[in-house]
Amino acid sequence: MTDPTTYISHLELGEPDKTYLDSNELIINMGPQHPATHGVLRVILKLDGEKVLGTECVIGYLHRGVEKIAEHRTYTMFNPYVDRMDYVAAVSNGLGYCEAVEKLLNIEAPPRANYIRLILTELNRLASHQLWLGTHALDIGAITPLFYLFRDREEILKIFERYCGARLTTHAFRIGGCQYETYEGFERDVEKFVAFARPKIDEYETLLTTNRIWLERTRGIGKISAADCKALGVTGPVLRASGVKWDLRKAKPYAAYADVDFEVPIGTNGDTYDRYLVRMEEMRQSLRILEQAVAKIPEGPIMAKVPKVLKPPVGEIYHSIEAPKGELGYFIVSDGSTQPYRLRVRPPSFVNLQALDLMVRDQLVADVIAVIGTLDIVLGEVDR
Amino acid sequence: MTASLKGRYGSGIAESSTYLGQNYLIVDSSLLPELLLILRDEQQFDYCVDLTAVHYPHRDKQFDVVWILYSFAKNERIRVTTRIADGAALPTSTSIWPTTNWLEREVFDMFGIRFEGHPDMKRILLPEDWKGHPLRKDYGIIQQDEEWVHINLGIESGQ
Repeated sequence: MTDPTTYISHLELGEPDKTYLDSNELIINMGPQHPATHGVLRVILKLDGEKVLGTECVIGYLHRGVEKIAEHRTYTMFNPYVDRMDYVAAVSNGLGYCEAVEKLLNIEAPPRANYIRLILTELNRLASHQLWLGTHALDIGAITPLFYLFRDREEILKIFERYCGARLTTHAFRIGGCQYETYEGFERDVEKFVAFARPKIDEYETLLTTNRIWLERTRGIGKISAADCKALGVTGPVLRASGVKWDLRKAKPYAAYADVDFEVPIGTNGDTYDRYLVRMEEMRQSLRILEQAVAKIPEGPIMAKVPKVLKPPVGEIYHSIEAPKGELGYFIVSDGSTQPYRLRVRPPSFVNLQALDLMVRDQLVADVIAVIGTLDIVLGEVDR
Repeated sequence: MTASLKGRYGSGIAESSTYLGQNYLIVDSSLLPELLLILRDEQQFDYCVDLTAVHYPHRDKQFDVVWILYSFAKNERIRVTTRIADGAALPTSTSIWPTTNWLEREVFDMFGIRFEGHPDMKRILLPEDWKGHPLRKDYGIIQQDEEWVHINLGIESGQ
């Protein structure tokens, strides 16, 4: 048995006592309106000078009750809502949801649909990582990467726009496959993007990887061990940077991931710098996956035979995918009607954010910003 | 694995089965938290993926509480479900998997199920003085704590 308070502090936030001014301890709020908290996250910091003694996250400012909404919509109607959780990786959300419902209905998307899904999801992973790097670097004080990364992310959004008309909340997939056939020149566009993006990733690395300021601000900052990651349920690049070679795309392959060859990069120190390196390598691996997928994309239908009214048999299902931020899962309970009886989203950002407290304890206030950035949270998904 | 657990706990494990290739156990709430500890230590389920609940208002034991567990060593998932009545509390599992800290708080926030021994049992997504637990089936989709909205937001209704 472990003491849970060693992982997550419990701040006593009463009225300040009389000796308040004599004490060195200070309790301050960071957020909810703070540009570096990536949304409406409020962190209560207990400080001793510049040193962080403990933190408490106050979340829920963006709570929209997605799980309640799901119970009042049909399976098809709920599909666009999932895009609004992690809005920088909307395609991944949609993939996880569609696959979960397909499993519940016992149908399978056709191979061509799976390849289209794989290509769009990997493009989305790149877009998500690009946005992460741009904002993370900006938080730490490097302004240039933001412009480079937003410029290059635009190319991905253009492909999305040409494919389905939307750039951010794409609603790209349907239960049973994809709604749209690829447009004329889709493969060429993806190939062009891969050729375009590869040297760009090297370019970002020349800006940061050996940059003295970047090294000072990220090396040894926000360290977390593999054992602590597992205890706290942390997944995604954060877990891998601590040395655990675990990726749901390999562990439980979905879509067409079993057909493509790629490496799962891992780190050794579990610090902010390693997480940066892991994500950079992941971007390169995504390009590799894209290259193979475009060359192999089969002909055929893009929709499975799906009834007009979806009524999954009574039962429960849990399905999860490797979203850019970690394990994104859907737990769906069906009562045999057209609406989910209960739909639970297992959000990677929410669970990963729990690790913030452990990662910043005994570090400086400035490092809290770096750690929030490196956790790569999206508040739309934390609060749902 | 389920056979050995059944042998040890007998009727405490009401059901152990597979649906659509996914294993699940339905266990008596009196076996918690020992059973969860055994699953972690003996069966290597070292990662608690998720903890959630489902409300069935017409049943005697109104709530299903579900743990989704994963084993890195075996690459295997299992769901553990227990059924409890409205107003009953469950022992916390934060000392088994610290990740359930926020997850238990969310279950409390949304369903009103308390976890005894939790270091900080309070709401997480909704304001602390909010009344009602929205994911219960008897809570309407446009229902809200009007008093809270009126006092804190200064408007008649948030709708």
